[in-house]
Amino acid sequence: MAQVTLNNIRKVYPNGNEAVEPLSFSIADGEFVVLVGPSGCGKSTLLRMVAGLEDISEGTLSIGDRNVNHVDPAERDIAMVFQNYALYPHMTVRKNIGYGLKNRKIPASEIEEKVQEAAKMLDLSQYLERKPSQLSGGQRQRVAMGRAVVRDPALFLFDEPLSNLDAKLRHQMRIEIKALQRRLGVTSIYVTHDQVEAMTMADRIIVLNSGRIEQIGTPAEIYHRPASTFVASFMGAPPMNLIEAQIKDGRVVIGGETPVASASGQGPVTMGIRPEDVEIGPTCDIPFTIDIVEELGAHRLLHGKLDGQDFTIHISKDTEAVAGPIRISINPEAVVLFDTKTGIAL
Amino acid sequence: MKRAGFTTRWLPILLLLPQLAVIIVFFYWPAAQAVQSSFYLEDPFGFGSTFVGLDNYTYLAQSAEYAKIARFTLVFTILVTFFSLGLALLLAVKADKVIRGAKSYRTLLMWVYAVAPPVAGFIGLLMFNQSWGPLTELAKSFGWDFALGVNSTDTAAAMVLVSVWKQVPVNFIFFLSGLQSIPKSVREAALIDCSSAMRRFWDVTFPLLAPTGFFLLIINITYALFDTFGIVDVLVKGEPGNNPLTLVYKVYVDGFRGNDMGGSSAQSVVLMVLVLALTVVQFRLVERRIHYT
Repeated sequence: MAQVTLNNIRKVYPNGNEAVEPLSFSIADGEFVVLVGPSGCGKSTLLRMVAGLEDISEGTLSIGDRNVNHVDPAERDIAMVFQNYALYPHMTVRKNIGYGLKNRKIPASEIEEKVQEAAKMLDLSQYLERKPSQLSGGQRQRVAMGRAVVRDPALFLFDEPLSNLDAKLRHQMRIEIKALQRRLGVTSIYVTHDQVEAMTMADRIIVLNSGRIEQIGTPAEIYHRPASTFVASFMGAPPMNLIEAQIKDGRVVIGGETPVASASGQGPVTMGIRPEDVEIGPTCDIPFTIDIVEELGAHRLLHGKLDGQDFTIHISKDTEAVAGPIRISINPEAVVLFDTKTGIAL
Repeated sequence: MKRAGFTTRWLPILLLLPQLAVIIVFFYWPAAQAVQSSFYLEDPFGFGSTFVGLDNYTYLAQSAEYAKIARFTLVFTILVTFFSLGLALLLAVKADKVIRGAKSYRTLLMWVYAVAPPVAGFIGLLMFNQSWGPLTELAKSFGWDFALGVNSTDTAAAMVLVSVWKQVPVNFIFFLSGLQSIPKSVREAALIDCSSAMRRFWDVTFPLLAPTGFFLLIINITYALFDTFGIVDVLVKGEPGNNPLTLVYKVYVDGFRGNDMGGSSAQSVVLMVLVLALTVVQFRLVERRIHYT
């Protein structure tokens, strides 16, 4: 168990492509941090640098109180779960799980004990003699987890471990991984492009975009107080509504007249509001046109136009709505304002 | 494996016919002829033949010369197979790690593949030329008075060397593509699980390379037994004399130089049975231990 510190870590490939711009953050002992971002944002590169599978171009990385920049992956006291599981196809489940221990000169009896324990924890006990090719996707995923758990490392690294599973299994494994991490209390870095995984699993989320950190925060902070329009539109399904508005006399005004929130300054501004922070009703003050109603069972999504711009509203299953003109009101507390030019939160 | 469905019974047979015809005309028929003529003593000038039963075989079994050639062939095959597989594997593992200029490096290593065995043998002749061959010079600088075609050990060494040189590129290509078909993430997982590169190779890379290795083992043994004919032929210049021969070359020498068709046929039958037995043993013993993904 350990704290992890990245100090001005940078990755430049020989062809000059800068995959990760110098960035710093530290992860507390036992914390579950999720790196999230679109493909090509540098999240996997960052994880692989922590694992030692990629060289660190600049900056220092420490795990515990040890600088590990030039330490072999096997000596970093880490365990990694890969996207396609990366099990050894010629070894049985037992050998797959025990391989890392065997190479660390641990006595055979102790390995057997630990493998049994990990297998029990992951419901793999009756599959120990099988080869990976005889297992289902979910079971392979568990073996990959077992291989990490059995080592009892200082740091877990997860590289999109659930993206090869179907939706149902993914949901189940999400909970299992989270519970396991809680139980073992091992510091973890988890890479994903799935913002739902990020929201549900993380103690802290780091949102990356083209090699830069957009925001670091708890899931609630990231969701409710996004630091940029990028974070606002990346996190949440459906994403935050972003509407071009004006600040006039201390008020945010949409379409030249309707004031929705107070603000300082003057001129154009981008207003962000989550779909669920909007209410509909005949007494509300803003006119809105519903184009499409999306029925999702537990709730409904209303897609339409606000001042000519795309806008989505989230309403409960008990509220009726049909396509056509209605009136809405926006919760001023939930409004986030962004600089129209830079996209950064004001 | 995908199963194709045919509506009539005759179409698949019809489609198989050309392949079957080739196998029958070029393999089963000559093989049957060889078996048949191994029981006869042929007149050297083609004026008929006499049935002699197993005489050709008993003669072979008692011939000290044949036993000597068989022993040499065994040693030759083991050496050629071992070194051409070993060197190729080493080169492939090293080439797999090269990132810069990998393509040209690989192309250079594969060039020799295009050289025909007799040409390889001829290049060997030049390299080991008694008066100015560079390899003869090299051997001389180590105090080894290399005499190709005169000293039987030296000729054997040259035969092994040229045969290995000729075969390494083929093995190299297969090993390299085998290495590159091992998923990157599996190797990376091993990198995290094990700090010793040597252990990683034997525990993870080598077992995953085993299907390729097994295939190459059979191909190489067959190569050393049969396809080295051209090399042996050029290096001994059809003048066996004191020079070492392989079994296949002995078949040729007895049959086409000595005009002993019966004896030569008996030798080919022995060789055929030997290879058959060897292949069966290999599939029984080795293949069971191999994991195919």
